[in-house]
Amino acid sequence: MNVPIGEESVPNEVFTLKDVSVYYGDNLAVQNVNLPIYENQITALIGPSGCGKSTILRSLNRMNDLIPGARVTGDVLYHGQDVYGSDVDPVQVRKVIGMVFQKPNPFPKSIYENIAFGPKTLGMKGNMDDIVEEALVGAALWDEVKDRLKDNAFGMSGGQQQRLCIARAIAVKPDVILMDEPCSALDPVSTFKIEDLMNELKSDYTIVIVTHNMQQAARVADRTAFFTVVSDDEAGSRVGTLVEHDDTDKIFSSPANEKTLDYVTGRFG
Amino acid sequence: MADAFSKLPGRAQFAAAGAGLAVQNRFASNGSKGKVANTLFLALMLLALTIAITAIVAILAWAFVEGRTRLDLGLIFNGPSTVNRATAGYSVAILGTLQIIAGVIALIIPLGAGAALYLEQFADKTKWWNRLIELNIQNLAGVPSIVFGILGLAFFVRSPFNWGLVVASGSATIALLVLPTVILASREALKAVPPSILEGSLALGATRWQAVWRQVLPAAAPGMLTGVILAVSRAIGEAAPLLLVGALTFVTFSPSFFEGGYSALPVLIYNYAGRPQEEFQILAAAGVLLMLAVLILINSFAIWLRARYERTW
Repeated sequence: MNVPIGEESVPNEVFTLKDVSVYYGDNLAVQNVNLPIYENQITALIGPSGCGKSTILRSLNRMNDLIPGARVTGDVLYHGQDVYGSDVDPVQVRKVIGMVFQKPNPFPKSIYENIAFGPKTLGMKGNMDDIVEEALVGAALWDEVKDRLKDNAFGMSGGQQQRLCIARAIAVKPDVILMDEPCSALDPVSTFKIEDLMNELKSDYTIVIVTHNMQQAARVADRTAFFTVVSDDEAGSRVGTLVEHDDTDKIFSSPANEKTLDYVTGRFG
Repeated sequence: MADAFSKLPGRAQFAAAGAGLAVQNRFASNGSKGKVANTLFLALMLLALTIAITAIVAILAWAFVEGRTRLDLGLIFNGPSTVNRATAGYSVAILGTLQIIAGVIALIIPLGAGAALYLEQFADKTKWWNRLIELNIQNLAGVPSIVFGILGLAFFVRSPFNWGLVVASGSATIALLVLPTVILASREALKAVPPSILEGSLALGATRWQAVWRQVLPAAAPGMLTGVILAVSRAIGEAAPLLLVGALTFVTFSPSFFEGGYSALPVLIYNYAGRPQEEFQILAAAGVLLMLAVLILINSFAIWLRARYERTW
């Protein structure tokens, strides 16, 4: 995404995070994150365990609401609208901002029903068979499963299950897809397939991915945000912070911050 | 040992033999004390098992020997009678039990599932009243059934419900009695559904209610149903609370839900067993066999259901 200055405008900001902090009860988990996320790009959130990257991801579609005591301060703006505004229904937020989880979590039903659940629940119009096919084609899974749509999804391989979850997410036609370490439970071949799929999907969707795997971030992401943990031994607290964010090439070749360099070169973390 | 090492030079022979000894010592038994304790404990466990099984087998054998002459269709289809003692049966009591169970099922499925769903999916466990409800349900599961009988007598037979000594009172009483077990079993079934199923549904834009109703509940349904079936099998065997809410009477007519007296299978067995005539003793034994057969059938179905739909996530 090396856009020459002055030739084309900066891509649209889908999300704008302003001074976002997340608390679990009284514990500050991650503080003062300022981060833009651009349309039709893949943004990777990387960093060591406990740095708050998953927490920030889950705050984007209000999945944090499910955790008792979780609280978000600052502004999470989606196209300028505060996701945490008092008149915002989290259910409506999640319709537009889909999510794929770390461990594939298909429903204990047939492949077909896994896809159809979302559109049915949201009352989407149209032929359900077509919706299911479109979603499976979109997730590059159609050819593998078209003859066994009625089979239980639990019979699929882990990689297929995860692509089913991606198909399920795109079936409800979201705007953004959040992925929380989507390949951490998968073998390298399945991981490659999912990365391939992400590259195809970004023309239609904005993708935010949390990953432990730096090579993965380097391979797929247009932009990368590096988080780290700041420990205060006296207070016994560990708080996640955003160190820097930039084009992925820049983060991995010449980051502005020394901590980032240490991390991406494997000297730390 | 000497043969194995005899080809080695003298000093090495010692070393090798010593190493062999060291290995042997490492795995040597710590004396006969441990073995004796082991055997003794095993014997005690087998004894306990034998006593338990002998008791069941003895009851079954006695019931079979005593009641085998009355294992006929009349046992099921003939009504109770003090005149035709040799052909008297349990038909009215079976009908009574069936009606009671129908009422129990109709009550415990919605109440049990509803309470379990609330406690597992919606209740805020940091609030004291939810913890109090939980604690009470667990305690209620251990309350003697006769206490529920008294409750049923006070609330359903008399005011405020004032139904009288009818099947409905029996159903409601037994339903209350087994409800705690149903709720606990249903909660376990709901707990077994991983939270990722709920999260996955919510992430697609489903409301909490839609996610629970269409994904979590169907996934937990077989487990919940198993709990209901086991509760029903317990309900069939209950006699004590029914004695207090009307099933005591010796009736010779088919019961109706909100009218007239009724009887139940265990109550009529009790009634027959208390009579001095030989025929009634035989009839009581045959009744025991009938009830055990029904219970084994129901429990087997519950086990089959659990095995069939058991899921490893």
